[in-house]
Order: sequence, then C-alpha cells, then structure tokens
Amino acid sequence: MIRARAVADGRELGRRLRDRDLTAASAALNLIESRAPDALAQAAALLAEVSPASLGGEASGHIVGVTGPPGVGKSSLLSRLVAHWRSQGRSVAVLAVDPSSRRSGGSLLGDRARIDTDPKDRAVFIRSTAAGSRLGGLAPATRAAAEALAAAFDVVVIETVGVGQSETEIADAADTVAVVLQPASGDVLQFLKAGIMEVPDVLVLTKTDLGAVATRAMVDLRAALLALGASSTEVCAVSSVPPATGIAELAQALDAHRAALDLPDRRRRARRRHALENFAIEHGERGLRALGGRVQAERWLNDQDPDLAVPELERALVDHAGSLG
Amino acid sequence: MPEPPSHRLPEPDRPWMMRTYAGHSDARRSNELYRKNLEKGQTGLSIAFDLPTQTGYDPDHELAKGEVGKVGVSIAHKGDMETLLDGIPLDQMNTSMTINATAAWLLALYIVAAEDQGVPEDKLQGTTQNDILKEYLSRGTYAFPPGPSMRLIADTIAYTVEHVPKWNPINICSYHLQEAGATPIQEIAFTMSNAIAVLDAVKQRVPQELMGSVFGRISFFVNAGVRFIEEHAKLRAMAILWDELGRERYGVEDEKHRRLRYGVQVNSLGLTEAQPENNVYRIALEALAVTLGRNARARAIQLPAWNEALGLPRPWDQQWSLRLQQILAYETDLLEYPDIFEGSKVMDGLVEELLEGAREEMHRVAELGGAVEAVDYMKAALVESHRQRWQRIESGDQIAVGMNKFTSTEPSPLTAGADGGILVVDPEIEAERRAAVEEWRAERDQAAVDAALARLAETARNDHENIMPATIAAARAGATTGEWTQTLREAFGEYRAPTGVGEAVAAASEDLAEVREEVERISEALGRRLKFLVGKPGLDGHSNGAEQIAVRARDAGMDVVYEGIRLTPSQIATSAAQEGVHVVGLSILSGSHRELIPAVMEALREAGAGDVPVVVGGIIPEADAASLREAGIAAVYTPKDWNLNGMMRDIISLVAERHGLQSAVGA
Repeated sequence: MIRARAVADGRELGRRLRDRDLTAASAALNLIESRAPDALAQAAALLAEVSPASLGGEASGHIVGVTGPPGVGKSSLLSRLVAHWRSQGRSVAVLAVDPSSRRSGGSLLGDRARIDTDPKDRAVFIRSTAAGSRLGGLAPATRAAAEALAAAFDVVVIETVGVGQSETEIADAADTVAVVLQPASGDVLQFLKAGIMEVPDVLVLTKTDLGAVATRAMVDLRAALLALGASSTEVCAVSSVPPATGIAELAQALDAHRAALDLPDRRRRARRRHALENFAIEHGERGLRALGGRVQAERWLNDQDPDLAVPELERALVDHAGSLG
Repeated sequence: MPEPPSHRLPEPDRPWMMRTYAGHSDARRSNELYRKNLEKGQTGLSIAFDLPTQTGYDPDHELAKGEVGKVGVSIAHKGDMETLLDGIPLDQMNTSMTINATAAWLLALYIVAAEDQGVPEDKLQGTTQNDILKEYLSRGTYAFPPGPSMRLIADTIAYTVEHVPKWNPINICSYHLQEAGATPIQEIAFTMSNAIAVLDAVKQRVPQELMGSVFGRISFFVNAGVRFIEEHAKLRAMAILWDELGRERYGVEDEKHRRLRYGVQVNSLGLTEAQPENNVYRIALEALAVTLGRNARARAIQLPAWNEALGLPRPWDQQWSLRLQQILAYETDLLEYPDIFEGSKVMDGLVEELLEGAREEMHRVAELGGAVEAVDYMKAALVESHRQRWQRIESGDQIAVGMNKFTSTEPSPLTAGADGGILVVDPEIEAERRAAVEEWRAERDQAAVDAALARLAETARNDHENIMPATIAAARAGATTGEWTQTLREAFGEYRAPTGVGEAVAAASEDLAEVREEVERISEALGRRLKFLVGKPGLDGHSNGAEQIAVRARDAGMDVVYEGIRLTPSQIATSAAQEGVHVVGLSILSGSHRELIPAVMEALREAGAGDVPVVVGGIIPEADAASLREAGIAAVYTPKDWNLNGMMRDIISLVAERHGLQSAVGA
C-alpha cells in the first residue's frame, strides 16, 4: 500500500481550536475526514482535546441544524443569518452537506457559493462535504467536525437538504434544529401532521415577501402545530430579498431555544448515539451482538463518564465487547 | 416587359449588413479602429464592450481588475460614448451593441451621445443584444435576478417601440446556446421559448395594439456550425416557428412583422487552436449556412477571425474575415437567385425533422413554466449535450481535422511573428482608465448625479414605471456604468445562475474506468477523497470549459468544488483553504490571466494554502504559458488539450507527487 507523507498532529490542532484559533479549522477537518489508520488515531487525539473533559464543560459554540426541502431559500437565509451573527461579533462555521448523490464515488460541491460572505473575513468558515450514503444523510465526519468546531466558533451551522429523515438525524448532531419551509410547501405540512417528521425546535417560513400566499402558509402552519399540541414551537417568518426582514427575530428564537435547553444532556446523548453508530458501522451486527444488543449497549453507555469524546466512548465500547465476548 | 424567369431574380439582392465585432482598450482607440473598418467597406458597427462594462462595474472596481479594455472597449459614462462615436454620423450608422445586463444603460448613453451630435432618438438605428436568459445559460454577464432582468428588457422594448422605432431592442440569442453545446433542436427550442418569455413579459407593459410592432422589432442572433446543410435547415425551421408564433400566440396580422430577422456570428466552438489556418475554411463554410437559401438569409453578418482560439484577433485578422463576406456578396452569384432550396426534398425533410424535435422540446419547457422557470433544466441539458460532444471528440467518433485526426503538420508561418499572431492589449490601459474615471467623477456636477440616481432608485422600486426615462436622465447627468448598476443591484438584489453541473450524467468509458481506479487508490492513500477546486476568477462568464472539467473530475471519482463564475482571487483562495482541496484548477478565457493568476497565487499564500498546486486552462498564448509556469503554475492547458481524461491523469499524478505518493497513470 502507498502512504501519504505526514499526518497532522491531532493534539496540537485540538489545542489550537481550544484556544479559539480559527485558522486551525481547515486542517482539523482534513484530519477528521481522513480514514487513514494513523489519521484516525490523530483525529481521536484532536477530539479528546476538545472534549468536555478537556474543556471543563461542553464546548461553548451553538450547533444549529438548518434543514429543509431544496429551493426553499436556505442559502439566501444563511447569507443573512451569517451577516447578522457577524454584526454581533460572533464567529460562524458552516458545514454545508451537499445533497448531490455520489456518482462513481465523486461528487460536485457547489453550495458554498450560494452563501454570500466576505472572503477576507476569517471569522467565517464554510466547508462543504458530500452527503452520507442516503439522501440528506450525515456522514460521521460531519458530526465530529461540528463537535470540534464548537470549541472554537461561536456558532456552528450544519446545513442539510431534505425532509423526513434528515431532521431526525440532524437533531442528533445539533443543539437546535431549524426546519426551513417556503409558502406552499404542502407536502411538509402533511409530513408534520402524519408524524413522518418530528416537530423541529424552530420553524422558518421564507419568502414572506410573497404576500397573501405567505400569510396563508403562516396560518396553516400555526394550525398544524396547534393540532399537534406543539403550539409553543417558534415559527419565524423571514424574507431574504432586499430589504430582508425577520432575520434578527430568527436569531433570537435560536438563542432562546438554546438558553432553555439542558445542553449537557442533549450533547451527552448525542455523543453516545454517535459512538454507538460508529461502532455499528465498524463492527456490524456481530459487534452489536457482542455488546448484548443495541438497548443493552445504550444502557451501558449511560453509565460511562459523560465528558468523554466520541472516539473514547467507541474505544470503551470495543473494550467492553471484548470483555463480554 | 417580359416576365423574368423564375430561377433568376429581376435584379440581385442587396447584400446583408457587414460588421466586425470590434472594440478594445478605451473609447479613443476603438473609435480609430471603427473608422478604419468603415473605410474598408464595413457597412455597420458592432461594438464589443469589455467585461466590466458588460457586468456593470467601473474600471476602478475590485472585480474589474485585469479585465479593463480586454475583450472590448471600456465605457464608463456619456463622455466615453461620445468619444467612441466621434465623427461617425449616428443618423446614418446602424450599430449593434453586444450588451445585456446593462443594455438599458448603454442604450441611454447612445441616445445621449446622439443628442450631442444633434441627432434625435427616433432617427437611431441599431440593436442592443439585451437577452438575459442566455447569459444565465451560457455567457455569464448577468447582473440581476431573473424577475427584474425581464422587467428591464420589457422596459427597453416598450420604450424603443414608441421613441426609437427603428431600433431592435433585443436580439434573442441562439448563438451562445450552440457555444454551450446545444444540439440544433435545443438551439431552436430554447431560443423560441426564450422569445416567448420576453414577449409575454412585454405584453404586460405595452398596449395590445402595439404588439404587432413589438413582434416585428424582435430580432435574433444565431450561430452556424460547420455542418452547414443542417444549420441552414435550422434557420428555415426557426423562420417557420416564428411566423407560427406571431400568428397563433400573439395575433400578429401583418406578415412583414412575422418575418424572422436575424444577424449572425458563425461558430467559435468548432475553431481549433491546432493548425489554426484551417479555421478560415470552417468560417467560409459556416457563412454559407446563413446565406445560401434566400428564404432564411441573415440580415447582418459578422465573422470570427481565424485565430480566436489563440487569443484576441488583430485588425488584420478581422480584415481577412471581412474580405470573406465581401467576396461572398460581391464576387459570387449568390445574390442573383431566388431561394435555391425551394422544392428540395432533402431540405424539407431536414426542416420537418428539426421542427418536430423542437416543438417537443418547447412543450417540455412550457410544462416547466416557461423559459425563466426552466433555466435550471435548460442549463443542465446544455451541459449534458456538451459533455456528449466532448466524448465524441475524445473517442474519435466526431472528427476535428488537425485536432484529433490528421494532426501531423508543418510549422505555421501565421503564428511565427513576434506577437504570436494575436492582439495584446496594452497593460497600461487599466491604470489609465482608473485615473480617467476618477477624474470624471471629480469634475461633474455631483448634486445632479445624486439626484438622478435617487430618482433611478425610486423608479426601480416601482415596478409599474418604465426604467428608461430615469436611466437616460442619469446618463445625461454624468452617472457612471458602475453607479447605474449598483443602484439597481441595491433595489433588485444580486443573482448567481445555476451551474448545471449537478445534473450531468456520468460518462462511461474504459479509459475513464482506469482513471477512476487511480483516483480511488490515491484517495485511499491520502486518507480522504481527492478534492479539486475548479475556479473561474474575474468577470469572464464563459464557463462551458470549466463545467466540463468539473463534471469529468466528478465522474473520475473526485470531490469537486465548483462555485460558478465571477469569483475574486480572494474568494477562490478562501474556498481552497477552507475546503482543504488537494489541487486548484483555474479557467480564464478573457485574456486577463496575466493579472488574475498571479493575484490568485498571492491570495492562496495569504490564506495559508500556498502549497496547494495550481493548474490553469484557457485561451493562453504560449509566451504567457511559459511565464506562468515559471511563476509556479504546475500546468497550463489550452484549447489544443482536448483530451479531458489525459488532463485528469495529470492532475492525479500532480497530487500524488506533492504528497509523496507514486501514481501509476501520470504522464
């Protein structure tokens, strides 16, 4: 086998992120995305450096999931949101998960161009990644990337495309999930009502400059939420065409959700699910059996140190499976 | 008097209007060129504007860097326009302007320059290209989103029909669709669909009784490839569809109003860099496509020069192309006969075939909600057709003489001169132009300009008001091209057109399978998938090549970051650094590589990605290629490098080498 020359120092990159050195972000992600054996060890070292155990608490960045069907205006919305956060002096990382399915292993990633930012502003970081194996699915590396970047950036956005499965998955990776809709997204309303889609933390209705159609959509959404017993869910109406409206209110709603959240609990559960999922990918059904099944494994994980990083939990699972087998 | 025989015309037709697409540097130098061209027997003007003028930036804007005066003349205000047309009587001249996003503005400058000569606007004759959909699909010099862009077009049409009645306010272009890879059927169907979108928009803004004259003022700008029999059939098919459309959809009663009027620039896509002298024959045959049959003959012709794939043509190259038109019109017997294809089974059959296909395709576009809504669909279809075309050339199924067959050659004396056989624009022009526009701003009545722009902004926000009067007032007050456009950008928002690359289907060939395997092998050794950024710096919107590279790299298994056109060097560098790409590919066709490539390299260093290897593709003369390589560019590709898989191999081995890996496929 042929080998690439040098593998980056994970511990050093982790330390730089901890020190909020934003220029470490790209190299950190190169490492986290890498599947080479020696890189895996370095990536684990990196994540350990930004684990709650090392940080003395959960990473302070707010991980926001933004998802919704294609064409509803997510990118224009993100352009405005990023500008708003920057005007408040907050640094922002965006992980744009490109929906274009992999063909022949390759992919075309072009979404970052649709998010309008100042290229010289080093406090804005955008990285595109190909989706996981399913439409809208998150690659394991994306979740790890969000965890790592949350140590350095004030806001970390995970942007995905899709409706149905994807917001469940993004809820596992994000502190706050915003689902973006446009007027006349009737199917989404149906998904919500039918319970195919979970009620998100924040609902965003775009293109409210459309007037009557938008007002109508707002009324329908509120009615649907009421019927689902979720009338407390924030619904934000925004327009991204000049003059943009509703952006500050949306940012406020996202902050409010995070303030009311038991963050350590949500992050802890997310890390455990990630660890178990990564373990299942690596060791398959046989590995899960060795842990006594998924439910047993989850229980066992609940008793572990809550501040461990995902690779550490994975290693613990492997050891545990070995001791059982 | 006896009846003339039916196979001869009673007297020969008048020749078509002969033009040369010309303009470079500044207004004074271009004016000199125009006067010389007119002296040589050219009968109309065709103004080429530089990319900043076309996209609405002043010469001192960041995005204008490296592009000022390159592919055309830089026009920033009425003073420039007056200089450009100095000594050319505008009541007699017929002027075609290749201008789209900023068409309303340049038309206003033209009207104001005519006032200055004492010529009233209703005497003016000419054409503004003013076709925005094909800018989204192919050419890339758009500025505003589709809705407001269609409004600007409708406004210029509504204004000229009333006030500048001899003007062709829009030249709907099939030309650039063919350059983007359109098949004849796509070319016809997308162009007609585009025309429908324009007419439907105008219908809202002019009284119904004027629709006949509106229809009669719509002209077309078409392309003709070297398959000249089929290309002629294409034009006949367009004439039939246009007549039908006028009658059936818009109730146009006057037959004259329903006649297809078109100008033409023949194909550049098929012109080769290899053995460039062969292009002269191609151009001559293509000229036949648009002149042979009298029933579908061009009203105006401009021919490309033999060396367009090498760089910008010199005055002598353009003269050579003009002489071809003159020989065709004045030496041959072409203009002495009625339509020579009337009654031809072959021609009728071809036309029928094209009509059938085009109607089907038009139906599809209509089902998607019309041309504006179907931009994504059409763009993806063009990228796909172009991909197939390349594949045919690579496999040898489509022969390009001198390029993929019959390639042994003697050295060409045409390119042996010190200038390499092309025009090089004086690099000092940009600084001159920057200083000149600053001086203009300092000397004008600023209060008048501010008031005119405020009035323009107000008009822009009120959808029911025609944009032209406020635009003409701003031109008169001395506003600049950048200021007019910026005012509208603020009111309308900006826009990025679809890249169309996401939809293209994967190519399948044995050759590619081998490349793919190597990508897998190298990716595994790197630990993550080989990641490649394809970037288009500057204002050049000719993205067809970059798109094909992006699609092929994807098909070869790479993760490709492609963000479309019009990126600043710092945007490209930031993307490269943040995305963690292994290699960067830059595409530039506008001749601005000398300025832009070093700027990208510098920005990459600043962004901490100075070690990422960079390759460059475009219309790049050999002398420049050498100095780019010296400056650290890993490879330079020009139109003679048509083998995309070969290019992929080079890129893989370049990455492998930089990472200390061995590649099995490298050159």
